[in-house]
Amino acid sequence: MRIKLEPLRQEAVKNWQELQSFGQPIILVGAATCGRASGALDVMAAIGEKMKELEIDAIVRQTGCVGMCHSEVLVDIIKPGRPRITYAKITPELAKELVEDYLVHDNAREDLAICVQGETPDEDLQVRVVMRNCGHIDPNSITDYLAQDGYMGLAKALEMMPQEIIDEVKVSGLRGRGGGGFPAGRKWESCLQVESDQKYVICNADEGDPGAFMDRSVLEGDPHSVIEGMAIAGYAIGASKGILYVRAEYPLAIRQLKIAIEQAKERNLLGENILGSGFSFDLDIFQGAGAFVCGESTALVLSIEGKRGMPKPLPRPRTSEEGLWGKPTLLNNVKTFACVAQIIHRGPDWFKSIGTEKCPGTAVFALTGKVNKCGLIEVPMGIELDKIINEIGGGVAGGRAFKAVQTGGPSGGCLPADMLNLPVDIDSLTAAGSMMGSGGMVVMDDSTCMVDVARYFLEFSLEESCGQCAPCRVGTEQMLTILKDITQGKGREGDIDLLVEMGKAIIDGSICGLGQSAPNPVLSTIRYFRDEYEAHIRDKECPAKACKALITYTIDAEKCQACGRCLKACPTQAITGAKKTPHTIDSDKCDKCGICFSECPDRFAAVLITTGGTESSN
Amino acid sequence: MVTLYIDDIQVSVEKGSTIFDAAQKVGVYIPTLCHHPELHTFGGCRVCMVEANGKLVTACRAPVTDGMVVRIDAEGARKVQRMVVELLLTKHNEDCQTCVKDSNCKLQEVANYVGITPERMAMLRRSVTEVEIDESNPFFNIDRTRCILCGICIRTCEEINGVTALDFGFRGEHTAVVTMGNKKLAESTCESCGECMERCPTGALARKNYERPNREVKSVCGYCGVGCGIHLGVRGDRVVSVRGDKDNPVNKGQLCVKGRFGYNFVNHPDRLTTPLIKRDGELVEASWDEALDLVASRFKEIIDESGPNALGGISSARCTTEDNYVFTRLIRSLGTNNLDHCARL
Ligand SMILES: Cc1cc2nc3c(=O)[nH]c(=O)nc-3n(C[C@H](O)[C@H](O)[C@H](O)COP(=O)(O)O)c2cc1C
Ligand code: SF4
Ligand code: SF4
Ligand code: SF4
Ligand code: SF4
Ligand code: SF4
Ligand code: FES
Repeated sequence: MRIKLEPLRQEAVKNWQELQSFGQPIILVGAATCGRASGALDVMAAIGEKMKELEIDAIVRQTGCVGMCHSEVLVDIIKPGRPRITYAKITPELAKELVEDYLVHDNAREDLAICVQGETPDEDLQVRVVMRNCGHIDPNSITDYLAQDGYMGLAKALEMMPQEIIDEVKVSGLRGRGGGGFPAGRKWESCLQVESDQKYVICNADEGDPGAFMDRSVLEGDPHSVIEGMAIAGYAIGASKGILYVRAEYPLAIRQLKIAIEQAKERNLLGENILGSGFSFDLDIFQGAGAFVCGESTALVLSIEGKRGMPKPLPRPRTSEEGLWGKPTLLNNVKTFACVAQIIHRGPDWFKSIGTEKCPGTAVFALTGKVNKCGLIEVPMGIELDKIINEIGGGVAGGRAFKAVQTGGPSGGCLPADMLNLPVDIDSLTAAGSMMGSGGMVVMDDSTCMVDVARYFLEFSLEESCGQCAPCRVGTEQMLTILKDITQGKGREGDIDLLVEMGKAIIDGSICGLGQSAPNPVLSTIRYFRDEYEAHIRDKECPAKACKALITYTIDAEKCQACGRCLKACPTQAITGAKKTPHTIDSDKCDKCGICFSECPDRFAAVLITTGGTESSN
Repeated sequence: MVTLYIDDIQVSVEKGSTIFDAAQKVGVYIPTLCHHPELHTFGGCRVCMVEANGKLVTACRAPVTDGMVVRIDAEGARKVQRMVVELLLTKHNEDCQTCVKDSNCKLQEVANYVGITPERMAMLRRSVTEVEIDESNPFFNIDRTRCILCGICIRTCEEINGVTALDFGFRGEHTAVVTMGNKKLAESTCESCGECMERCPTGALARKNYERPNREVKSVCGYCGVGCGIHLGVRGDRVVSVRGDKDNPVNKGQLCVKGRFGYNFVNHPDRLTTPLIKRDGELVEASWDEALDLVASRFKEIIDESGPNALGGISSARCTTEDNYVFTRLIRSLGTNNLDHCARL
């Protein structure tokens, strides 16, 4: 039997080529959630208006997130016979200028451009597998996807035996991208081996870590890649039903998915007898209510069943053997599925050529924090941290000193400067006391207090703990209380050892990954920044000058030029002074908001922050 | 059968048994808080942690395997146990003296076993969440400052009573046993059977006006025809409690709201102890002979005037089956089949 994808594909490729050579300029607007938050829809409207006004023709299309969230709204213009130019930080006004200047007067406005032709400015360090189409194709157009070799993986898979597909996935070495890093092929195989009248494929798009948005971007920018991966998985394990578990806070992703599913059904790439293969596969979307713990496999299944999302304690059957409604269920992350179609299409050896031996492929990180260029990046596994932060991320923002990088969100840890040469992959990060998790990466500078960072993540874990098991519920609460005490100068001798002991007991005693990893931010900061904890406890000092209770704001009478700015700005009227009289801060009234510190002009730098015996000025 | 070693003691148990079952068989104590023999295992409290073949597992859930080597007091397990109990205590009401469960409390028992020291407790931060006691139910209260979230009440309500009035609500430090919509117990679907209260390992679910009996009398509940076995708790000449008889095949220890809580009538001052006859519109005390004579003469008058079918009898659920049987004989002997029972009305 010949799978009948070719006609669809040829038509799509023709469309795509026509689009590129239509003789008309193409304008692409990055309109994923990040772009929309920065006004992408207004920009699109402005472009439309201007084109009408000037009576010019161009093809205006929306596309997903390329990852350069630091530069939204992004607009790409491809004039026939010209390289593609990407413009950054476009407002509706700038968009109008751009349309007029470039399309009418042929002034390419290099002042607004961020790069010309190419993918992203740091193209050579990034490798796009999962995000290959994000920002390039219109996610609402299945023909765009088909023209990028879309659904070729599925067509090929449908001509293979299920076990052959699983063998290819195994050979590729693909490991789950949802945090655990479990070998995907092995999971698929165990699903295949269970006999059942019904099996399910579930895509985990719960993405609950604070600051993580890579799964959302993939769903918004290239929904078909995930759908295709799920259909291949369905065929491989013998499932006729798939469910996309997407958190309800992702309305755009849900919309794009709905459109994509409809389009795939219309072309018989989903539904009954796909491409005449005899294999049928349906996809539904389930909206999660936004509990972090529902990203855990057993809790996720319970939540689909309408029950309270609480992870099941061991020993319990594997989800792959007994999952949704008691049936064998394959659960993988969005990015895992997004890799699959290409592994089948391009072959496992291609995939293995990227990344490291134990961790082939790429890692997608949401790079945020005190770094010059925030956004989504996709890098080969094994790249050094330093390259990510200093080259792709453009270094620490504001010229400050690098202090630590936090990976893996609330389950991960903080790594210090001397670990910057660490090659980043799933195992290396775990060995260093952190985690890849779902891919959060927060860069911190010397103004960040590590005790406070640990407190922040622990607070998240406690809030999101399902509360069923005592070590996680009461343990994280106790650790949090101790951390709060430390940041408030109420830490006691012995607290650090207590935190370490308690952290270990919580890891050993908790039911699920949430509790088992919640102490990581605390343990890793103690491991690498113990002196900072000690300074808080012994000297009642916050070396980063971040913990309010341990710092004092004063004005250096010699430097103060009595300009009065701080006095006017102080919300608690803590500052007194008069013309030509150096100002002073009444520490009893001072709320430590730091407004005077930022108000005082840099050339005076008269406001000082002191903690214990040290001080700093701005 | 599966053979394993618990602290070097060899024991053979049926396949499918847990480590806890096996330990019980050889009389080895393992602390538990959320385990209850009549309910599905939950595995939430984590105090039954032991080391089996070098790995930490919860004894209440982990199935035995052949040749398994179990260390009950392994250091890793002990650390988790102790930490959990210490941490539970930091969130727990300190006032054991006023608690109905004092000296009969699972938390006290386990705390005693793991060994709580004042030095350790002084290092930890105490924070008992202040929550009002829910006193809305007429028979028992729920005091969440004494709740350890073992979930036994939740499983009891679902598995024993089939009502599911309770579940875990909220998350993190706010996690609590709640009713649907976090309403008061009295406004929920709770039937007040008290099964959850009976199984609560702590004083969180506590009988109102609790008095400890000084002896027990085995009996049968008189409320309905099921005939549940009970133990009446007696103090002096007063009935102060009722508990279900676990050995009784009829109810296996379970009771309904009436059987468990409806014993106050026994010693109630308003309880009738002699017959009353209405004279001149007023009920006045009479002797049994007077009362029976009056009933007999009125029966006769009615039968003579209107025939036996003008008579009928309604018997009471509070009477024993034997009493009810005798009553039916009596009424039928008067020539009528007009018989009914209050449980049907
Ligand atoms: C508390 C908790 C939250 C999780 N959240 C997610 C999530 O948001 N997305 C995800 O893919 N996996 C999440 N996981 C991991 C899943 O349990 C599961 O391992 C994963 O979805 C499997 O897919 P993979 O093999 O493709 O990684 C979470 C795990 C835990 C313990
Ligand atoms: S570790 Fe935390 S989130 Fe996981 S089951 Fe236990 S209480 Fe729930
Ligand atoms: S802003 Fe600075 S220079 Fe001006 S009055 Fe305040 S401390 Fe002095
Ligand atoms: S339940 Fe009652 S007796 Fe038990 S520890 Fe708590 S207060 Fe004390
Ligand atoms: S008293 Fe009975 S019905 Fe009410 S909550 Fe307890 S077990 Fe459920
Ligand atoms: S009320 Fe009692 S039985 Fe219910 S969870 Fe709390 S301690 Fe356990
Ligand atoms: S008794 Fe085993 S986990 Fe609670």
